[in-house]
This record gives sequence, C-alpha cells and structure tokens, in this order.
Amino acid sequence: MPADVSTVVNIGGFFFLLMLGWMAGRVNERRHYRRIVARERGLAGILVFSDRLLPTGTPATDGHLVLGSVVVAQDYFKMVAAALRNLFGGRLRAYESLLDRGRREAVLRMKEHARQDGADAVFNVKFVTSRIGVGIEVVAYGTAVRLGQG
Amino acid sequence: MQSRAASASLNRIDSGKEHSVILTNTETVPGKRVVEHLGLVQGSTVRAKHVGRDFMAGLKNIVGGELKGYTELLEDARNQAIMRMAEQARAIGADAVLNIRLSTSTITAGAAELLAYGTAVKLGEADHAG
Repeated sequence: MPADVSTVVNIGGFFFLLMLGWMAGRVNERRHYRRIVARERGLAGILVFSDRLLPTGTPATDGHLVLGSVVVAQDYFKMVAAALRNLFGGRLRAYESLLDRGRREAVLRMKEHARQDGADAVFNVKFVTSRIGVGIEVVAYGTAVRLGQG
Repeated sequence: MQSRAASASLNRIDSGKEHSVILTNTETVPGKRVVEHLGLVQGSTVRAKHVGRDFMAGLKNIVGGELKGYTELLEDARNQAIMRMAEQARAIGADAVLNIRLSTSTITAGAAELLAYGTAVKLGEADHAG
C-alpha cells in the first residue's frame, strides 16, 4: 500500500512540475521577449559591431572593455521535452530559444554599460557561452568607444 | 555587497581616472599608439556555487528564466579575474591591456573557472598622420 501511494505521489509530482513548468515557462519566455524587444528599441542608438577594427579614419576616443552577462535556465517542461527529443536527435527548438534569449540579453546588458559610460559604439564583440549547472551563461564583450574627436 | 565593490573597481580601471590601465579587446586604443609590448598578462579565479543560491536556482529551474544568483556570482568572479589581470599589467608598468579574451570552463560539478588574458603594452600619443 505505501509503495502505491508513493508511486502516485511521484508520478503526480512529476506531472505537476511538468504542467507548472509548461505554463510558467511560456509566460516567462513571452515576458522576457517583450522586454528584450522593448530594450533593443531603446538601445538601438548604440552601434554594435563584430568588426575587429574601426573603419580607417573614423575618429574615436576613450576605448574600454564593456561586458554583459546572463545565466538563463530552461523550464522543467522544456527540459523534459528536450531530453526526449535528444533520444531521436534533430533540432532542439527549446534550446534554440533559450540561447537566443541569453545572447540578446547579454548584448543588451553590454550596450547598457556602454551607454552608462557615454559610449556610442562597441567594436570587436565576442560571445562566450558555457554550461553552468542547470542553465547556460552567455557573456558578450567588446570595446566601447566614443565616436568623433574627443 | 562584494558584487558592487567589484564592479565599482572595474569601472574605475575602465574609466582610467584613478588607475591608468586601459582595457580593450581590440588591437589598438583609439587615439593612442603602442610603443612597447610587455607580453601576456592574465587573471583567473575559480568559484563554487553557494548552497542557498543553488537551492533557489533549483526552484527557478522549474519555471525557467534568469538565474540571478548565478549571473551575479559569475559577474563578480569575472570582474575579479579582470582586475587581477589589470593588477599584473600595472605591476610590470603597462598603460593598457589589449586584445583581452575571456573564457569560462567548468572544472568540477558546481565550480567554474573564469579566465581573462590579454597583451600588456605601453602607449604613446598617436601621430596625426591617420
């Protein structure tokens, strides 16, 4: 009897977490994307380049390192769905959106730092992505400059 | 607390007001000329997760989203690595660290190493030839 009860509790708990993850995860992701889009619009004035160097002849001053980082995690439902998907291989959409959110968030934070420092553009932007426990960490970094003669 | 202190110091190094070490990840500093290369400088730190933060992150993992505790932890650690690198550069008389690269690696379960490295240089004023 106790074994049956614990089985029910275990399976029930699993489905509860699955449902909770599915609902809360969807809401969280949507909210996050809305915030990302709004902030991207606000920070569109800060130019970001992956170019190693400024175009020749561009006057710029005050070059310094700026960073933006974030750790984001998958919700329970997507984690289970991705684990199942992993059995068959193929595209893990759940992780694609997670990485997309992470990268965009990291770039936004980097741009926010650049704006605080009075910079107009960030050059030589690089990304570092790593697995941290249950989530992923994305770092964006580059050299912020003030365009025009100092 | 530590987080704010670390980022404040990083900003100080960045702004070059109190310290003179300029940090960039490009090969040049706008408006300046490299007069001497002093070689590679690096700074690193290994951090482990805090049990309380780990527990909160476990809860957060059910609903997804940002794990703020970890974001802060790693930000602190990375700032410290960068500051150690800048410290090393200052010790050998550098004006700037160029071509900075960052890397993160998981050393064991629950611990990460943050590494920052770059080239220490001495700077001079750029000629206005372009």
